[in-house]
Amino acid sequence: MAILRVKDVSKRFGGLKALTDVNLSVEENSVHAIIGPNGAGKSTLLNCLVGKLMPDTGSVLFDNNSVLGLEPFQINQMGISRVFQTPEIFGELTVMENMLIPIFAMRDGAFRMHAYETIANEKVVVEQAEAMLEEMNMADKREMHAASLSRGDKRRLEIGMCLSQNPRLLLLDEPTAGMARADTNNTIDLLKQIKEERDITIAIIEHDMHVVFSLAERITVLAQGTPLVEDTPENIRGNPKVREAYLGEAA
Amino acid sequence: MLGLNKKDTSLLIIVALLTLLAPFILNPFPEGSAMAQFNAGYPDLMQRFVIFGIFAIGFNILFGLTGYLSFGHAAFLGVGSYSAVWMFKLLSYNVIPAIALSVVVAGLFSLLIGFVSLRRSGIYFSILTLAFAQMSFALAYSVLSNPKFNLTNGETGLQVYADDPQILQGANAPDLPHLFGLPMRATYTMDVGAWSFDFNAGYYLCAVIMMVVFYLAIRIFRSPFGMMLRAVKSNQQRMNYTGLNSKPYTLAAFVISGMYAGLAGGLMAAMDPLAGAERMQWTASGEVVLMTILGGTGTLIGPVLGAGFIKYFENIFSKINDNVLHSWFAFLPDGLEDAVVFLIHPFIGKGWHLTLGILFMLVVIYLPGGLVEGGQRLLNWFKRKKTGADDAPSGKTEPAE
Repeated sequence: MAILRVKDVSKRFGGLKALTDVNLSVEENSVHAIIGPNGAGKSTLLNCLVGKLMPDTGSVLFDNNSVLGLEPFQINQMGISRVFQTPEIFGELTVMENMLIPIFAMRDGAFRMHAYETIANEKVVVEQAEAMLEEMNMADKREMHAASLSRGDKRRLEIGMCLSQNPRLLLLDEPTAGMARADTNNTIDLLKQIKEERDITIAIIEHDMHVVFSLAERITVLAQGTPLVEDTPENIRGNPKVREAYLGEAA
Repeated sequence: MLGLNKKDTSLLIIVALLTLLAPFILNPFPEGSAMAQFNAGYPDLMQRFVIFGIFAIGFNILFGLTGYLSFGHAAFLGVGSYSAVWMFKLLSYNVIPAIALSVVVAGLFSLLIGFVSLRRSGIYFSILTLAFAQMSFALAYSVLSNPKFNLTNGETGLQVYADDPQILQGANAPDLPHLFGLPMRATYTMDVGAWSFDFNAGYYLCAVIMMVVFYLAIRIFRSPFGMMLRAVKSNQQRMNYTGLNSKPYTLAAFVISGMYAGLAGGLMAAMDPLAGAERMQWTASGEVVLMTILGGTGTLIGPVLGAGFIKYFENIFSKINDNVLHSWFAFLPDGLEDAVVFLIHPFIGKGWHLTLGILFMLVVIYLPGGLVEGGQRLLNWFKRKKTGADDAPSGKTEPAE
């Protein structure tokens, strides 16, 4: 069953057609990669899924509910978590607090005036956060300010924050951009482990072919704002159209 | 104790002791001695210390936690004062309904202004709040003071007249603000040798209220809500993508700090039943910003220290004049004495703003964490001296103390 369905989505920026009639469906519990050359419209598509941009036409259904016109926080509350290209975390807060916030958000909703409670007394939430830090191998860094973490640890923390909410769909926007090979491999291992241990759908936008071919079960190739092909990694690798549009003649 | 951890409890106890013993602490010099002019333990000034302390504690909940810099908080202070005086005029001189109304009205007013201003962030938010505060000032100063509809009594300031209804004012009740019969001006003076200490009813009312709201501020700082406010300051994008709506959080912080300001305004009117439009002017809004930054933004005790520091300067430094200086430097040869006095002259008396400005610059440049950071550095320095140089410095400044 498809958990995310994109139907006939088009988006223009002035004279530029960023997306033209994009149709895409992401199967539940799969890892779906969206690849394409620069300017293919990958980021625009992602922004349409999370409520940052409103497509001109078409519809986006998550679990058969439209997400169009909703604010990012509402879409998150439906069960979609997003990991950013550069890790977006609460730099001035401690690692532990970074982990507490998404769990509070899941429990209390978009806003709650819990001004007279003490964090230390919220035992269940604190335990959940500690377990998640344990899972991410960051328990020893819990009192550190998130801003002082290494790039790889920031990425781990951000993924952990997203996972702590038990999302049904995890969106990753070039999760290994600008990373050293070792960090990239760590991230791939982490994502594989997540996939094995959880019932979760992962949609990933990526430049790095190494990452895409080690993770994805389905791949959609975008070119000039429209899907070129959608297939398994093996078939994509051998597809001459993809080679021409994306990998280049020499590849 | 009271749901606080050990560190916060001791902080609360220290603040409680300092405020309760302030009449002693602020009057360390014997009456009539040369240093007596540095005594700050007279009722008027002590009241101002705690009232502006409340104002700054509230401002810090908005600015320190969410990072939204409001330049219009004096508007809520003024609204609080006007509401309190209206309560005196209509009901009675009892301060309880007056203070209650000032908090409620300031809360509603800040809800309105916050709702509009918080549509923008950063510098645009600051400008919007400033614009609102200046409009409020103009309204209070002239527009809402005409013969047909006189809400603020314009330039003269709102005060209680003999023909006001005061429907609940008992026949025997004091003819000035009181707490169930105890006049706010009631002062007991204790003479110990050459010293004299003033215990003022109004001051203690303000002090108790300040301790209560300080305690509430600690609870807010340590609550999940407080953490969300710090998240607003840190990364709104991540917050929105984590399923949190940052707008109501910021608005709630704005209204809470507006209510603190209203409480401060109400207390001001309770100490002296007069409300003037100048209380809403932008300089007053700027003052609370200075207090918070000087003391330490985002720290618990910082704003109180900053408020005390600035009010002390305003009232004590400004009283030093050339005659005083001449008497201090009388031991110098005449020509040199005149030269020294000439050099210091711009920084004292009416020039106290200059001194304050220089101090403010020094603090912002060398102690970005304000007086609190200064205190922590001193403490660390002493600790290191004690334990010896082998002890590596922690390098990390402790936040939110």
